[in-house]
Amino acid sequence: MTWEAVIGLETHVELSTASKMFCGCPARFDAEPNTNICPVCLGLPGALPVPNREAINRIMQIGLALNCSVTRRPVFHRKNYFYADLPKNYQISQFDLPVCVDGYLEVGGDHPGRIRIERVHQEEDTGKSTHRGGDGRISAAEYSLLDFNRSGVPLVEIVTRPDIRSAAQARAYAQELRLLVEALGVSDARLEEGSIRFDANVSVRAGPRAPLGTKVEIKNMNSFRSLERAVSYEIERQTARLSSGQRIVMETRHWDEEAGVTRGGRIKEGSSDYRYFPDPDLVPMELDRDWEDGMAALLPELPSVRRVRYEEMGIDAAQAANLVGAEAGLAQLFEDAVEAGAGAPQAANWATGEVVASLRKAGIPSVGGSSLTGSSLAELLGMIRQGTLSGSAAREVLAGVIAGEGSPAEVAAGRDLLQISDTGLLESVVDELIAANPDEFARLKDGERKLVGFFVGQVMRNTRGKADPKLAGTLITERAGL
Amino acid sequence: MAIEIDISHVARLARLELSDRQLDTYGRQCRELLEHVARIQAVDTEGVEPTSHPLPMTNRFREDRITPETVLGHEEVLAQAPDTEGPFFRVPPAIEEA
Amino acid sequence: MAFTTIVGAARALRDGSVTSVGLAEQVLQRTSMVEAQLHAYLTLDSDGLMEAAARADEELAAGSDRGPLHGIPIAVKDNMTTRHMETTAGSRILSGYVPPYDATAIRRLRDAGALIAGKTNLDEFAMGSSTENSAFGPTRNPWNTDRVPGGSSGGSAAAVAAGMALGGLGSDTGGSIRQPASLCGVVGAKPTYGAVSRYGLIAFASSLDQIGPIAHRVEDAALLLDAISGHDPLDSTSYPGGIEPSGARLGGGLDGVRVGVARRLGGADAVEPDVEAAFDRALAAMEGAGAVTLEVDLPSTEQGLSAYYLIAPAECSANLARFDGVRYGLRVDGATTEQMMSRSRADGFGPEVTRRVLLGTFALSAGYHEAFYGQAQKVRTLIREDFARAYRQCDVLVSPTSATTAFPLGDRTEDPLSMYVSDVFTIPSNLAGHPAISVPVGLDRHDLPIGFQVMAPALEEAVMFQVAAAVESLAGFDTTVPFDPSYGLRGGVR
Repeated sequence: MTWEAVIGLETHVELSTASKMFCGCPARFDAEPNTNICPVCLGLPGALPVPNREAINRIMQIGLALNCSVTRRPVFHRKNYFYADLPKNYQISQFDLPVCVDGYLEVGGDHPGRIRIERVHQEEDTGKSTHRGGDGRISAAEYSLLDFNRSGVPLVEIVTRPDIRSAAQARAYAQELRLLVEALGVSDARLEEGSIRFDANVSVRAGPRAPLGTKVEIKNMNSFRSLERAVSYEIERQTARLSSGQRIVMETRHWDEEAGVTRGGRIKEGSSDYRYFPDPDLVPMELDRDWEDGMAALLPELPSVRRVRYEEMGIDAAQAANLVGAEAGLAQLFEDAVEAGAGAPQAANWATGEVVASLRKAGIPSVGGSSLTGSSLAELLGMIRQGTLSGSAAREVLAGVIAGEGSPAEVAAGRDLLQISDTGLLESVVDELIAANPDEFARLKDGERKLVGFFVGQVMRNTRGKADPKLAGTLITERAGL
Repeated sequence: MAIEIDISHVARLARLELSDRQLDTYGRQCRELLEHVARIQAVDTEGVEPTSHPLPMTNRFREDRITPETVLGHEEVLAQAPDTEGPFFRVPPAIEEA
Repeated sequence: MAFTTIVGAARALRDGSVTSVGLAEQVLQRTSMVEAQLHAYLTLDSDGLMEAAARADEELAAGSDRGPLHGIPIAVKDNMTTRHMETTAGSRILSGYVPPYDATAIRRLRDAGALIAGKTNLDEFAMGSSTENSAFGPTRNPWNTDRVPGGSSGGSAAAVAAGMALGGLGSDTGGSIRQPASLCGVVGAKPTYGAVSRYGLIAFASSLDQIGPIAHRVEDAALLLDAISGHDPLDSTSYPGGIEPSGARLGGGLDGVRVGVARRLGGADAVEPDVEAAFDRALAAMEGAGAVTLEVDLPSTEQGLSAYYLIAPAECSANLARFDGVRYGLRVDGATTEQMMSRSRADGFGPEVTRRVLLGTFALSAGYHEAFYGQAQKVRTLIREDFARAYRQCDVLVSPTSATTAFPLGDRTEDPLSMYVSDVFTIPSNLAGHPAISVPVGLDRHDLPIGFQVMAPALEEAVMFQVAAAVESLAGFDTTVPFDPSYGLRGGVR
């Protein structure tokens, strides 16, 4: 039998607004524990929520970028469940009237497809529990410590339909969604910090026409790699059970990154009877066409569109994807370099290759933090094209530019890296070498052509790499009469 | 209307640890009250919109500004806490005993 | 000379015949005489009151006058948060809790120069109609200490009636200001939903709760209301538009005012004869003063009680979820978080609160949500439509406030439903979100006060107060009887 995996993803995106969703506390939770809190986000008696307009702007941008339609009168509901890090013991969320519904995200690469988006809704984040004692696992903890700085940070949940068919596709969707959210500038979108989090619903069925199987929710994946591994593991686990006639239990399982397995059943589940009802502390929203149009006008060029534009500039698809997937500053550097006259393929190669390597070597976290600009990259590439810089010298010049030593021309001159393309100068170097290595020159003259490399290497060494190797090779073969 | 209430399930949902005797009493009282108010189901509400707010208001928002004056000092907050450790609130573990 | 009204005291403060310190002393002295019998206060802040009074006098002497409430001692129901002053909502689960912030209504009172004398008793989390559900013991009625003061704002009503403050604040979810005002012989008003900020009011049922004034005189109540009302950016349900000042039309009389008589409001059927008679006398007097009366019927309000007892418990079941022993309040230890929470809540909540939390949890649970909560919200729409129809024919509606006068302590505690029907006349205004006020109009055969309710369309407080002031003046009822030291408190229990 051919088993088919059916996967849906739920993504939580923390918005990078200045203040929290329902109060004026800073929406930052890297501060000292329990310092960015107020009566509202701490659930003190008598406190009331007032929604952050900017959060609604941002969720609309996310929804529109995902081709969703905007609900005209969305409503906040209370989702009731008890948990120590949920201060009111209900979460303000949305139920049957979310801000956005019915969109899709196109996923390219090796696993292309259109993943439908069921809903995009607004809610608030919880506080943070740290489990102490035992062996560090939640299941063995002796007590928990609570920090409410994160409580009330605006959270957008994006729910797909069960359109994903493989672990790799789940990863591709997640990466594309993160790129999109990053392009919108509405969130830090950092997996490792939890500002974007993915949960997967996985089930397996006996072929594309079979009824859906029992789904299992998996949580606790904090990288794209672990998302792919966890989904892949879960598909295998379920397939193995079904193949041997066992049943799948509906449950939530947690990914154990070290062991490489999903685990279920240890953590106590809250009841799934959430008793949703409209939050009487909040009035309905009215998102009219004008508001929606205003948000649509704010949308930047989306990653999918940008990839196509780069390809049209003459870059291959993989390189275009690299550029779009890279840190935003690199793509900007690339565009600025092309604007300043650099060839697109060369600029793309350098931006994603040498520039990244040089920055890493210099310990500079982003292009923005260096003195490298698009026009200086274009200048550098121009010097290579004109033959005044060798490839290796150009790398050194790049390092100098990044270190703030000046323009490429200044660095090349300052570090004495300009290529010797002067035939007269090189001829004397070549003649000295022939005189110093008569045996090798004799063998070369007899037709042992690989000795050209030997002589070019000597020329490069004697000129400390500044010679134009092509010119040196030509001179040597001429002398040998080949 | 006869109403079935699984009162111990409801008490669990509401996080109320009640004795069997209390569950009995509350279960009976809730059932009586619900049977009384269930009269409401006879009202014809076909096509009637529910009221969620007495005044027809929409779009009450705040601007995205930090208001330092509402942020609380954490000593003041922790002073009300039943149990703390350092700057944290402390609670018993989240899971059930094995 | 003793001062009972805010307007009178305010005048005397300015003509120099009394000081704020003098008013505070009067209130404290009166409290020391009767509090042991009445138990109106949960917290009496004598020191804070005297200090604030001294400051108020200094300000006035320096020519800085904050207006009519400047230097006036006010009693506040203990479900409004007061910074650095214990706030319990009448519950064991909040015993000892000291909030870090002031409710907006409290802040506005302070800004207006009023002095917070203390926090008054209430039914736990404002759930009840007799103040017997307080975790800290019942309050008694100053007119007869064998009787309840009504509830849930029984502490504020009793404190004002007995002269332990010149005015008070209560909260009204289904009648919790008007019914105790009626039973204690004072004026009590529930404003339009959204007129007064709920920020800092410990929520019972969010879509019904409103803070409002309790006082000896209609004009005093209007002053208090105008001080605390107005848009608050901290409450999303706060009305953002302007409202005509409540006292703008006081003295406007009744000539040509169309008065709808809603005798069967809320399906009321067992109105005490003395209450009915007092109501009819007041109506006749209104007609004599030029009012045009007509009988109106609001049939959907018969479902009001049922809708209320689905909506209020449902909302309260979520509102009270935050009391869990984690961040503040009572904690009873347990091996797990769930056990700790479940024990803290079971120990911390009294029977009435427990009952309503269970009822609301069930009414919202899967499979019942639409039949109960959903249907109740639709019935609420029908009730609003009934009111809208009635207000096409008349300017205000009137009814008794309560079908009965003050009942004996313990009379209704065994049967929740008998207690719930105390509120049939008052609940419809909460469901509709409209303003309503209770004005005392007479005494029954046991010398217990009888209240008369005036209701008005949303945001029409000024018309409501205009009519209420006329009714007050026509009735000529002396609200100050239990305040008179020579009267002495009557009743068997001491």
